[in-house]
Amino acid sequence: MPMRIGADPFKDRVEKGLNDAFMRNSVRSAQERLYGKRLDAAEELGSWEDWRNLGEEIRSHTLENLDYYLYELSEKMEENGGHVYFAKTAEDANHYIQEVVKRKNGKKIIKSKSMVTEEISMNEALESLGCEVIESDLGEYILQIDDHDPPSHIVVPALHKNKSQIRDVFKEKLGYLNTDKPEELTLFAREKLREEFLSADIGITGCNFAVAESGTITLVTNEGNARLATTLPQTQITVMGMERIVPTWEELDVMISLLSRSAVGQKLTTYVTALTGPKATLEGDGPEEFHLVIVDNGRSNMIGTKFQEALHCIRCAACINVCPVYRHVGGHGYGSIYPGPIGAVISPLLGGYEEYGELPFASTLCAACTDACPVKIPLHELLNKHRKKMIEGKGLTAEKIAMRGFQYGTTLPILYQVGTKLAPFLSLPFQTNGFLTKGPGPLKAWTTIRDMPAPNNERFRDWFQKRQKEDLGE
Amino acid sequence: MNVSLFITCLGDIFYPNVGKSVVEVLERLGCEVDFPYSQTCCGQPAYNSGYHGETREAARRMINTFENSSYVVGPSGSCVAMFSEYEELFHNEPEMQRKARSLKERSYEFTQFLVDVLNVTNVGASFNATATYHKSCHMTRLLGVNDAPEALLSEVDGLSYRKLPNCENCCGFGGTFSVKMEAISKEMVDEKINNIQSTGADLLIGADSGCLMNIGGRINRLQKPVKVMHIAEVLTQREVK
Repeated sequence: MPMRIGADPFKDRVEKGLNDAFMRNSVRSAQERLYGKRLDAAEELGSWEDWRNLGEEIRSHTLENLDYYLYELSEKMEENGGHVYFAKTAEDANHYIQEVVKRKNGKKIIKSKSMVTEEISMNEALESLGCEVIESDLGEYILQIDDHDPPSHIVVPALHKNKSQIRDVFKEKLGYLNTDKPEELTLFAREKLREEFLSADIGITGCNFAVAESGTITLVTNEGNARLATTLPQTQITVMGMERIVPTWEELDVMISLLSRSAVGQKLTTYVTALTGPKATLEGDGPEEFHLVIVDNGRSNMIGTKFQEALHCIRCAACINVCPVYRHVGGHGYGSIYPGPIGAVISPLLGGYEEYGELPFASTLCAACTDACPVKIPLHELLNKHRKKMIEGKGLTAEKIAMRGFQYGTTLPILYQVGTKLAPFLSLPFQTNGFLTKGPGPLKAWTTIRDMPAPNNERFRDWFQKRQKEDLGE
Repeated sequence: MNVSLFITCLGDIFYPNVGKSVVEVLERLGCEVDFPYSQTCCGQPAYNSGYHGETREAARRMINTFENSSYVVGPSGSCVAMFSEYEELFHNEPEMQRKARSLKERSYEFTQFLVDVLNVTNVGASFNATATYHKSCHMTRLLGVNDAPEALLSEVDGLSYRKLPNCENCCGFGGTFSVKMEAISKEMVDEKINNIQSTGADLLIGADSGCLMNIGGRINRLQKPVKVMHIAEVLTQREVK
């Protein structure tokens, strides 16, 4: 799955989302459930704002010193017997992974959930070698079975599907015969997946946080699939975005506390797996060979820019879970595997304005995202910075001319005076019962769905002035 | 206490009654209200569309307009919150930055001013209605005004108050978003109206003219039996019980 989802233009994707009642119901109920759970988990921990400040400080410090910590991580990882590869691009990363797989003569690959492998289209690269790649995260598994339906959420990839749709997928593709009870569906998938785990020769995982001081990678899951994927196959490859790193275990503690609460409202996920290199001599299980692929793929371009804070993201999706635009459009509407507010910030940074330029405008800048972010990324401000940057890059547009008009209208009192005084008369042809129901220009777009109050004949300032004169006359 | 009224452009042109109500309430509480005529718009429509250069001169005008005011009070949280963005617009002009900071420190949203500065929650209003309240995003999240409107409404005699479900969700206005992405905006405002109606309220109260223009405009289009009022208008009501 590449970063881009589908080839439809933005408007069509949005329309499709808005017309998908099933998806919108699923998203609405998931958002409401996760919203309450997140707030409860934060309250139970106490001093949530202090935790957020600490989280922000840790992420900020780490990104300011990223070169140092990446060097430390790679040194430690190699001391532990692992191999480290820094991939500048998606192609570099895929090439390296392909070489490892070829050398190990890998046929079946079992994966735990990883967004960065989706971003670089790793599955396709391995399938082109003739390998079978199996997703073991339940959500990802469902999507893979369903003819590679793209993920619509970064934590809950199959959020857009309800249980009866999932039953239908299992039935149609795998001959499932039972009901849509989640327990039955899960048991069925578990039995299918167990066979895959046992016969896979390579395990590939993502990485929630790498710990620089010890050369460890950590995985946060609820299903335990990452444990099997890192225990049974003889070779393990872990792919991480270059920013997913903490200096020491002390910071890891803080980040995991923030991540599990913000993502799913849990104090701690069922499994937190920490892996430090391949199997040691006295250890009973684990991979014999361990590779860590650290992916840049456009990330380092953000360093030192006004968008650097976007790299603080820990992929908890709290911003997505509160976003009112995501709520109605759904993940596929964004056209990127990274949807919602964080997706609207990073997709254009990783994939360019040409491809993702509409996304920063698909927000009311309501700041629910900024408020929810556990590491205090000013998401709505970054969206506005994208808008500014795109507008500066464009020539003279109709909107730009209108905004120049706005500038003069608000700067020159005489223009404001005349404009606001004339407005009630100019809008007369469009008025019905004190409301404008149609009109030209921006009024047209406004009145396609709603009415506009008609400008008042007596502005507030006229009233105030009259009153002042009367007072003086008395 | 001297207060300069920041009417906001929407208030000046479309909702003069809101401004009159603000004046009435403030005067009733013993404030001396003045209105600096050189004020125009805070610049938010341009700023939130990414036109930061075009916003700068509007900001300069507003900063100069209110330079000598001890308190600046406006009936719209998002417009007052816009003052907080001014400092960054003048990164090459330290003197303007200082002035922008000073304006921000002296400015209050109307309900915030009543509750936090005047320490008043009961303004002696009485109004028979079943009402719900729309929390505006910028007012709560950017300006940090959370409880003041509800504290004031809880003291209005005769007002039966119903909490709005999903009150933290945006109404879909978002300045130019409402015209650029009107299909999404429509779904957002429709959900908001459904939530309002689910409370059984016949009155929607808000504290930000932008949101009220959006929700009210859609209510009018759909001919829903819900009246829309700004909180200042509610606080001037003195219905005989």
